[in-house]
Amino acid sequence: MHIMYFTEQPMSTYPREAGRDAGNTALMISNEHFDPVDGSRLYNERLREYILCEEVGFDGIMLNEHHNAPFCMQAKTNVFASILAAVTDRVKIVPLGNPLPLSENPVRIAEELAMIDMISGGRLVSGIVRGGGTEQLAAGVNPAYNRERFIEAHDLIVKTWTQPGPFRWEGKHYQNRIVNPWTTPLQKPHPRIWVPGVASRETTEWAAQHRYPYICLNTTLEATQKIWEVYDEAANEVGYEPGPENRGYLLRVHVQDTEEKALEGAAEFNWMMGEFTGLAHPVWSSPAGYSSPQHRRALVEIANNRRPSPRGGAAPSLDTQIETMQIIAGTPDQVVEKLRVVMEGTRPGIFAIWGNDGSVSHEDSKRCIELLGKEVLPAVREIADELELNSPFDVDAPVSLEHSAPATIATAAAGGA
Amino acid sequence: MTTANAGTDSSTIDVAGVPLSYESSGEGPVMALLPHETGSMGAGELQRLLAENHRVAAPTLPGWDGTPRHEWMGSVRDMAVLMNLTLDKRDAGPINLVGLGFGAWIAAEMATMNQDRIAHLILVNPMGLQPNDGEIMDQFLLGHEAYLQAGYHDLDRMAAHYSDGQPSVDELVEQDENREMTARIAWKPYMFSQTLAQLLTEVRIPTRVLISSHDQIVPPSCGQQYVDAMPNATLGRIDDAGHFAAIEQPAALAQAITEFCAT
Repeated sequence: MHIMYFTEQPMSTYPREAGRDAGNTALMISNEHFDPVDGSRLYNERLREYILCEEVGFDGIMLNEHHNAPFCMQAKTNVFASILAAVTDRVKIVPLGNPLPLSENPVRIAEELAMIDMISGGRLVSGIVRGGGTEQLAAGVNPAYNRERFIEAHDLIVKTWTQPGPFRWEGKHYQNRIVNPWTTPLQKPHPRIWVPGVASRETTEWAAQHRYPYICLNTTLEATQKIWEVYDEAANEVGYEPGPENRGYLLRVHVQDTEEKALEGAAEFNWMMGEFTGLAHPVWSSPAGYSSPQHRRALVEIANNRRPSPRGGAAPSLDTQIETMQIIAGTPDQVVEKLRVVMEGTRPGIFAIWGNDGSVSHEDSKRCIELLGKEVLPAVREIADELELNSPFDVDAPVSLEHSAPATIATAAAGGA
Repeated sequence: MTTANAGTDSSTIDVAGVPLSYESSGEGPVMALLPHETGSMGAGELQRLLAENHRVAAPTLPGWDGTPRHEWMGSVRDMAVLMNLTLDKRDAGPINLVGLGFGAWIAAEMATMNQDRIAHLILVNPMGLQPNDGEIMDQFLLGHEAYLQAGYHDLDRMAAHYSDGQPSVDELVEQDENREMTARIAWKPYMFSQTLAQLLTEVRIPTRVLISSHDQIVPPSCGQQYVDAMPNATLGRIDDAGHFAAIEQPAALAQAITEFCAT
């Protein structure tokens, strides 16, 4: 099993009453509430926590990016990925991921990731995402072409990584007359590509068709199992039998020395009106053309107050989330017991632990990470071995259906080509 | 293909491989009526009044109101070319061309390319130019019903327009579909062209620009900018109306259009 640490990197000093007053906590809430002095401190605290993750035994560090919202201070996932490439030695660096449609030049993303891969010595896992609806608006990118841009940008990046330049790309959304970046990744045929998500059937099927692992982001056990059904069916149609190496799962897990303190920290997962991606108008989260047509009617009903929104004040309480194991909190022993249930139910080969959020202090975050690394992770690995939850690295899975040769890291003898 | 219904004929014509639907009514000089980006909703009374003096053709923009779309289409100018091709295919004209809001932008683009087929051009609360003062309202930040409300000066008229006092879910779903089409061809810059103003300086078609007294969606400066750009354009005003003047003041709007076309 591959076990990663994750945090949204929240702007925990953002005044919560500002969100309540504005009625939203994403896209349109004024950045006058951002404090760069706090921002500087928080970025550096997160960096020290990531380094601690490597020291205590995590296999990877999962990163992300969001825009115009205090729930996530990472505006460019490749920035922290670059830093970690230099200051860590062992962990996989896993941006999940680069929101491809937001880019006007995917070749530049290919170049950035190639640099990160080389600086890290081949430790990059390249996650790719469509980006949320608010992200399209924040970047001024047309939501009606989101999926087309995602697929075309992916195709261009993989070709950039795997075929010698110069070549010409004349696509619908991207036209690059000369594709010939000097830098290419250290990993061959290319860095592993993982795809995170929560709901989109099309994205799940697309990931399965490419044999890319799909990472369920804190979905319920029931929803996760349905996603695997969709993934498995699409995988079978293209001729392979998926296993745990194709499945990832992100879960909120907060550990402290006492249950009381753990619950106190876990409550911070609900810090922004219970909306970990920010409270936004439904048409910001799902602008016209962004979502699948099959969801259109429900989204329209919610956007126009014809049916209750599942978000905002309707979010499940902390008690409910703990009861349904959407959040796991407690002492290491208590947490391991529940994690076994989740692992049995979701059978991931890639497990991302979202350890800290909200205003959990730097000291408490570090303690959580230490306990996870020293006491929880060894037990989780034992359970994973017992359940045969192998990661793509454990079984040397092909990086994709298209490139099924064994993955390697280029060496001097191989010419680095 | 043509079907008749209570004095209105519903027809389709194949243009560039996709059927374009339109409704025709009345007798007299031909007039085309191009709708808002919210679709053809609510222009029925205006069309009926205009049909007292004209043969009015009201097309549904392809892709809007549940009709087939052109996958290749990426700009409002593409739509204008398609509409001009439709006029060419019918050998129509010179016609009186009326555009409402977004439809007025399409009509203005058509005029820059096809002056011989247009006798009179009427632009009602036209989008299409970057406002000198203010911004065109961004519907992508508003719920569908809220955006419709912003198009009215008097919300009681909106309530009266819908049988249940508010749009049905089906109508709102259609608004979302129309909004997606709007995104496909008018996303950036949002609701204006950066090249149209200069082209309009060569459009010599007699043009009447009508702006509503209380348009919250398009700033009033846009109407004046059209008049300033075009050599034969004048400005008129529809009182007691918001952006959807065709719904709020159909009689006054029809009168203003009819009188201008008679000149």
